[in-house]
This record gives sequence, C-alpha cells and structure tokens, in this order.
Amino acid sequence: MQWESWSVFFNMGGYAFYVWFSFGLTALCVVWEVIALRKRSSEALRLTRLLSQND
Amino acid sequence: MSLKKIIFALGLIIAVSAAALIFFAHGLKYISVNVALLALGAVLMRQSAYFSDNFYQHASPQTFYPTAGRMIPWFAWLAVVFVIYGLYISFAIAPTDFQQGEAYRIIFVHVPAAWMSMVIYLAMAFWAGVGLALNSKLSAMMAQALAPTGAIFTLLALVTGSLWGKPMWGTYWVWDARLTSELILLFLYLGFMALQASIDEPRKADRAGALLALVGAVNIPIIYFSVKWWNTLHQGSSINMGAAPKMAATMFEGMILMALAFWMYTIAVALIRVRCIILERERNSGWVKELSLKDHA
Repeated sequence: MQWESWSVFFNMGGYAFYVWFSFGLTALCVVWEVIALRKRSSEALRLTRLLSQND
Repeated sequence: MSLKKIIFALGLIIAVSAAALIFFAHGLKYISVNVALLALGAVLMRQSAYFSDNFYQHASPQTFYPTAGRMIPWFAWLAVVFVIYGLYISFAIAPTDFQQGEAYRIIFVHVPAAWMSMVIYLAMAFWAGVGLALNSKLSAMMAQALAPTGAIFTLLALVTGSLWGKPMWGTYWVWDARLTSELILLFLYLGFMALQASIDEPRKADRAGALLALVGAVNIPIIYFSVKWWNTLHQGSSINMGAAPKMAATMFEGMILMALAFWMYTIAVALIRVRCIILERERNSGWVKELSLKDHA
C-alpha cells in the first residue's frame, strides 16, 4: 500500500476536490439510474397488473 | 447459424483469444485483464443457454422479455466484481503519476466513461438502423433503452474531463475539438430522447429517432480522430490498437477493468430498461396480461 495514512489518501496529493468530485458524481449517477429504473419497473408492472385485472 | 451459437462463439473468442493475445504479447504483465476477460467470456458462453436455435424467435419482445430477465443478474454481478477490482487497482495499486501527481486518477472514470459514451452511441445507432431496415420493434426498443445510459456517460465524460482540466490546464472548459464534439454527442443523445418522447405514435417515433441516430453517428469518428485531425489542447490517445500502451501496466489495468465494469453495467441497465419499455409498450397485448396474471397468482 502506497498511502501513509487515511488522511493522506483522502487528500489525494492536494487534488482531493477534483478526484473525489469525479468519482462521487459517477457513483451518484449510477445509484440514481438504478433507483430510477427500479421505480420505473415496479410502476410498469403495477400498471400492467391493473390493466389485466380490469379485463 | 443460430443466436445461441453466435453468443457461445463470441464468449469463446473473448475468453481464449483476447486473454491469449495479451498473455503472449506481454506475459503476466496484465494478468487482471486476462482474468477479467476470461470471466466475461465464460459468462457470455453461459448466456447462450438462454437463447434458442431459432434466430428470429428472439426478435419478438415476448420471447426476449424473460431472456433479458435471466441475463441481467450475470452482467450486474460482473459489473460489481469488476468495479471493486478496478477501484482497488485505481487507488491502491496504480502508482502516483510523475507529472500529474494524484490528479491523474480521474483517468479511471474519465476514459472509461468517454469510451462508453461513444460505444453506446454506436450500439444505439446500430439497433435503430436494424429497427428501421427490418421494421423490427424490439431493435427500436433496444435503441431507446440505450440512450439514457449513453447520455449519462457522456455527461460524466464531460464533467470529469473538466474536473481534470482545471488543475492540469488551468481551465474547466475550452472550445477544443475533442470537448466540443463530445458536447455535441450529449446534445445528440438528448435530441434522440426528446424526439422519441415528442411523437405519440411509438412506431413513428422509432423511425424518426432512428434517422436522427444514424445521421448523428457521423460525430463518432469526429470525436475519436479529433485529437489527430486538429492540433488542440486535449491530449492524444494513450491507448492505440496494435501499439503498446503509453502508461504504467497497473494504470492500464485499472483503466481496462473500470471500462469493463462500465460495459457490464451498461448491458445490465439497458436490459432492465428494455424490459420496462416492453411492458409499457406491449401493455395491451395478450401475453403481457397473461404474464402479469401469472405473477399475481
């Protein structure tokens, strides 16, 4: 391991803002997309069930 | 030739030839990439079991819906494994860059996101074109399912690039050829989605969207070659086909593993979304009603 301590690691050689913003935003987008898709799936399934029950 | 055999052969080719090529060319230098490609090949070979021998059977949403459902966990798990391994290499193994210090680590999300933004566009244009040429509904649905994920990766490529540009170039944005053409790519994705959403009749929307996607594909080679054609601020590519990568082996490994993780994520997410689109668009057809009743029972 090349990092002396966690604080050195989080500091990223002074580039903490740029590095963690990049990785954080990527993680955020992934989490958001997955949650949005789960909502869309359950909504689509709910509506199909509703439609078929009304027949 | 059946779809089953094509997928099996694809997996076999990836597992054997890609791993063997890297192995013979570089020894054990890129072992994590070898292992990842072997895993990917094995998973692809396994996926062939979900397809039948009849090529055209899978062109129907009805047969593809359950097939996609069975494939999703495989790609989702591969994405999780690759991203953990990729992040480990990116932060624990890859050394500090002698010029850029730790800021270069943005490369591990920036380059894979930029690759995906272009690859997804090509896949989207391909499926849209197939849908247009063969009038197949499922192909158009695939194109529709890929667009939002492509737009997200384009946005990520732009934002992470500008976060890298600030400390290295001193500015978040310049109207450089690479950056500008990538921004146009984002507008193409957004235009494709907006156009499809604005037309009420789904099959008409598919055709209009397909035309936009196909015409817009001209932008992809422009993005790719922009750093060669124009002498702009953005650096040239670090990785070229048929040449040794211009970077430390572990940096290269981290980048490839993150790129593979993004690939697997994209496949899983696009399959989930195509299943939503199938349900939304086929809601009134008999098989969807039967399926939802079966689930309900």
